[in-house]
Amino acid sequence: MLKVLMPDHDITTRQAVISVLVENEAGVLARVIGLFSGRGYNIDSLTVAPVDEEKHLSRITIVTSGTAMVIEQIKAQLDRLVPIHKVADLTMEGPHIAREMALIKVAGVGEKRVEALRIADAFRARVVDATTESFVFEMTGATDKLDAFTALMRPLGLVEVCRTGVVAIARGPKGIHG
Amino acid sequence: MPATEMLSGAEIVLRALKEQGVDTVFGYPGGAVLPIYDALFQQNAIRHILVRHEQGAVHAAEGYARSTGKVGVVLVTSGPGATNAVTGLVDALMDSIPVVCLTGQVPTHLIGNDAFQEADTTGITRPATKHNYLVKSTDDVGRVIHEAFYVARSGRPGPVVVDLPKDILINKGVYAGVPSAPHRSYRPVLDPDPQAIATAIRMLKGAKRPIVYAGGGVVNSGPEASRLLAEFVHLTGFPCTNTLMGLGTFPASDPQFLGMLGMHGTYEANLAMHGCDVMLNIGARFDDRVTGRLRDFSPGSLKIHADIDPSSVNKNVRVDCAIIGDAARILAALIAGWKADAAKPDTGALAQWWRQIDAWRARDCLRFRQDMAPSAIIKPQYAIRRLYELAQETGRDTFITTEVGQHQMWAAQFWKFERPNRWMTSGGLGTMGYGLPAAMGVQIAHPDALVIDIAGEASILMNIQEMGTLAQYRLPVKVFILNNEYMGMVRQWQELLHGGRYSESYSAALPDFVKLAESFHAVGLRATRLGELDDVIREMLRVDKAVIADICVDKAENCFPMIPSGAAHNEMILGPEDEASRKGGGAGVTEEGMVLV
Repeated sequence: MLKVLMPDHDITTRQAVISVLVENEAGVLARVIGLFSGRGYNIDSLTVAPVDEEKHLSRITIVTSGTAMVIEQIKAQLDRLVPIHKVADLTMEGPHIAREMALIKVAGVGEKRVEALRIADAFRARVVDATTESFVFEMTGATDKLDAFTALMRPLGLVEVCRTGVVAIARGPKGIHG
Repeated sequence: MPATEMLSGAEIVLRALKEQGVDTVFGYPGGAVLPIYDALFQQNAIRHILVRHEQGAVHAAEGYARSTGKVGVVLVTSGPGATNAVTGLVDALMDSIPVVCLTGQVPTHLIGNDAFQEADTTGITRPATKHNYLVKSTDDVGRVIHEAFYVARSGRPGPVVVDLPKDILINKGVYAGVPSAPHRSYRPVLDPDPQAIATAIRMLKGAKRPIVYAGGGVVNSGPEASRLLAEFVHLTGFPCTNTLMGLGTFPASDPQFLGMLGMHGTYEANLAMHGCDVMLNIGARFDDRVTGRLRDFSPGSLKIHADIDPSSVNKNVRVDCAIIGDAARILAALIAGWKADAAKPDTGALAQWWRQIDAWRARDCLRFRQDMAPSAIIKPQYAIRRLYELAQETGRDTFITTEVGQHQMWAAQFWKFERPNRWMTSGGLGTMGYGLPAAMGVQIAHPDALVIDIAGEASILMNIQEMGTLAQYRLPVKVFILNNEYMGMVRQWQELLHGGRYSESYSAALPDFVKLAESFHAVGLRATRLGELDDVIREMLRVDKAVIADICVDKAENCFPMIPSGAAHNEMILGPEDEASRKGGGAGVTEEGMVLV
């Protein structure tokens, strides 16, 4: 219904990786999440951690999707939150690196166990825990690489997956403030 | 070296308020804010106005802010004090009114324990405010309050909550004065980009059918912005329309004024919006009450959007030129740019456009039929027109507030505002019960002015308790009730969209408003027939006391013109005859439109 009422323009959706530099203070994450839920925006993934103790800064990486108009809105809405220093759309502002980490638990014995280890090796996943009937693999990479690896592990005894969500940074010498 | 002065948190609160130039606080005491009330008791610089309900405190602060351009200040206690304030906070958020609301909180060691009168105030008010703070150290109180005022009034103004735990108010700390350094992260852009101004001038100079559409942002920018708006409109010869929030930014008596636009705006304003080729929106946000059906909104025009809030741009309507900045600075730049640009505007096309607009004007879309016999039933539009005319005769500076509904739209249509800051209404949130407390705040700020709340009999009951505040402070606010015994706008929609099934919209068991006024130490008046109307209005304007004038009006009158929801500007219903002539009933509302509010 909403779509019918929107003006005619590009309605194809795209994914966007948005980096947000924020004041490291109580409630700032709630403001960002509340903005997304309150205005009906998608969050595909969200990560946050302090990045500069001295300047009290944290960095949030949000992967979201929407039409060009919605992505522009998301950036403008984020930018007007009081404790936000800088909003950067890494997808639009040139090439960037995006990575996430996963811990993947696989249980099995015999040929399946050997096969899991062989694939892990090909994917450069590290074994960080092992028992005679299980492994925990640690793996860092682009989202689709992690997706591919977990898909391969499923028939080999995948127990559970834990992922950090995407962190991303622009290529080249310039920082987010640049 | 003198020892640093140690003050209690409550003393710091008052010192910071004083340094911010605060002279009035609207509030209601309670356990968690007793230390501030104790500090208030021991000083004379700040006047506290005791309201009867915390929602009233916020609306009063809004009225104070909107009519003075200053930040309105509210003081309420924890728990229910804070939750009662929430409606007012959202109202201020939607209409961009600068308000600082200080809320008490249980002591820090009890936060999270479900203590008596505890509520997660910062959690509840996060989406209800522009920003909020929970202060966790007495040393931070001064800094946070100064920052709260800065955030409330800067950029697009809005409400800010400062939550103050009781131990923080009692403990001693160091007072930090007004900070000299700019805010670390919040620094809105005020000066427009010259490139954007140049693009806008190019579009405006090439216009054949231009229109200027000005909103509340022009009010918020200060009176200079309204002066510059008139200068720009006169310089260009363009027609000008106002949003509901923008009324008063351009003189209603000016021949270039087309009246209000939008759902109940004038025919000429809406058709000019629909048919224009270049639109300059300044300080308005393409609200759904203004645009009607988005895909048919002003289909052939180049749109220039000047706004202080970048998130307003391209939110509902895709625009061709965005100018971010303060309305006054943008208008000054546009005036300079227009004069400096050598290109000649197309005066022939503009004259042709004015002929078209005059033809639309000739439809006289606000006309209504008043039977002039003394025994005739009073039409609500006529009552407002007479109120306007008789108030003009007093020569007094007049401020109008409203509740929400039909009476609000009629007030917007029939009151002729010549100056900004004279019109206080709940636009974005549409809060019934806004008008009386807002009028109270206006009267506190302007003790000698004529302050009238144009009300409906249903809305006024939502904050009627504030009649007590009027009595306590001898505020001569005039409450002018257009009493049709219905929630009129609900009834109108039920008539047009729901087959005349008036579900729960009749105002049954109404009080006797005359007696009600008297019980609150005010004057009660009533007019039931046309012959009584002028006398009641004259008496209301004459007495130097709070008045409730109960004007019994036509129960069936509907508010026209009207763009039904989901319709476009050129699909306006002009009046009852026009509505009846539409086939299939339902005022031509489509299924798409039915789901809209």
